[in-house]
Amino acid sequence: MKPRDIAARTGDLGILTARAFLAMIAPPYEIGEWVRQMEQIGVRSLGVAGITTIFTGMVLALQTALSLPTLGIKYYIGSVVSKSLVRELGPVLTALIVGGRIGAGMTAEIGTMKVTEQIDALRSMAADPVKKLVAPKLVATLVMLPALTVIGDALGILGGLIVATGTLNLTPGLYLNDVWDTLKLGDVFSGVAKSFFFAYFIAIIGCHNGLHTTGGADGVGRATTNTVVLAAILVLVSDFFLTKLFYILFST
Amino acid sequence: MPEALYQIRGLTKRYGTRTVLEDLDFDIYRGECLVILGRSGSGKSVTLRQLNGLEKPEAGSVELDGTDLTRLSERELFPIRRRIAMLFQGGALFDSMNVFDNVAFPLREHTEKPEAEIAETVRHKLSQVRLKDKDVEPKMPSDLSGGMKKRVALARSLALDPEVVLFDEPTTGLDPITSATIGKLMSSIQKDLGVTSVVVTHDIPLARRVGDRIALLADGRFCFLGSWAEAEDSNDPRLRDFLAGREEDEENAA
Ligand SMILES: Nc1ncnc2c1ncn2[C@@H]1O[C@H](COP(=O)(O)OP(=O)(O)OP(=O)(O)O)[C@@H](O)[C@H]1O
Ligand SMILES: [Mg+2]
Repeated sequence: MKPRDIAARTGDLGILTARAFLAMIAPPYEIGEWVRQMEQIGVRSLGVAGITTIFTGMVLALQTALSLPTLGIKYYIGSVVSKSLVRELGPVLTALIVGGRIGAGMTAEIGTMKVTEQIDALRSMAADPVKKLVAPKLVATLVMLPALTVIGDALGILGGLIVATGTLNLTPGLYLNDVWDTLKLGDVFSGVAKSFFFAYFIAIIGCHNGLHTTGGADGVGRATTNTVVLAAILVLVSDFFLTKLFYILFST
Repeated sequence: MPEALYQIRGLTKRYGTRTVLEDLDFDIYRGECLVILGRSGSGKSVTLRQLNGLEKPEAGSVELDGTDLTRLSERELFPIRRRIAMLFQGGALFDSMNVFDNVAFPLREHTEKPEAEIAETVRHKLSQVRLKDKDVEPKMPSDLSGGMKKRVALARSLALDPEVVLFDEPTTGLDPITSATIGKLMSSIQKDLGVTSVVVTHDIPLARRVGDRIALLADGRFCFLGSWAEAEDSNDPRLRDFLAGREEDEENAA
């Protein structure tokens, strides 16, 4: 992409964002569609999100204990697992895994509607595609991704507990006390706040790519791939800047 | 002289370097049925998409009752589009909704009618396109034949009793008997309800039945626009070939 294309695309995304948020807050509310999307986006992603974080928690516990065995570090496994999950890995991994799934789903759905003239059919019947399609997806993602992240964090900490008690011979009490003592409200807050931003990026890119799909079924495939790649890159890059930002905001 | 509902002037539409419509001028009269003929790829669908503002032209104006649609924003076009129904060439049914919900969509979107009344209207519209069978209502578009999709789309486009209908190949893919029914339905909405219609079709019997005037689109312009009587008398070779279904090269060679 040339710089000019990037600028044009950023502009487009900005316009779509404004229209989607306006459509979101203006009545009538498409509550039924919101709920359907939340189910589609949230409930159906629970499995993959859970597996991702639970195993990440287990691996974190194991790696920490194995790589630094001499320092008695296993008594701090709760801290290590919970801090890294809640601040960083929970939001990012959930956004990558779930975001890939739901972003691709959005692009495929809207893109197919675009190339089969269903978007034009909506417009021809004086219905706004942004209101009908984009806004419900954005709402659902903004609600469900942070929710999945919190559930994922909890499951990850549980994963750490399984390894800590099962292979490292810690008592559950020791592990959980350590978690409880180190985890600050700010950690949880910055993790969840990140996932709001990730949710926004994923939904807006997924929908935008769908609405701009051309070139039949091939085009839908290309647009979908583009969403997965772009969403992942945006999540990882923005994560760095958000981490810095939240560090400045909450370090005091 | 009948009153013009649409006045199209200097309409030019390009895609990249390809000029599809070039400096097109025509009127559409209130209450008439204008049939647009033309070879595949000549720009018939593109022309229809200008008439409800789905696409903006590179130049020219499309005035409906004196309002230039090309100058309106998407939001400003909405009230106008409620009066204009469009049947898409591929049907464009919503994949995620069953037949009933597809036809009910415009009613739910733009009327406050209770569900019972909506259901009644939906059934009436479906029966008009010969889809009386009750078990068609819960079917999803992917489970319908091509001709059935067309008819459901037709029912959906007529759900709100439009003032103007834009039909893109309403009978393509239908058997002759169903085509005749659709033709009859189209004549009746025009005669009884005074609907203005623009019909793109390759179906010459349908064109003869419903068309008050016919237009032949070639090279971005109408090379013929007039009544059927004028069409019979015309000695425009392209029109004669088109109506007779002859190959162009044959004529040129002769
Ligand atoms: N969105 C678009 N982008 C690029 N080119 C387009 C687009 N829409 C139409 N065209 C081109 O414009 C020309 C006219 O297309 P149009 O769909 O109006 O043809 P048509 O007369 O309806 O043909 P058919 O009878 O096959 O439906 C074609 O060459 C087509 O490739
Ligand atoms: Mg066409």
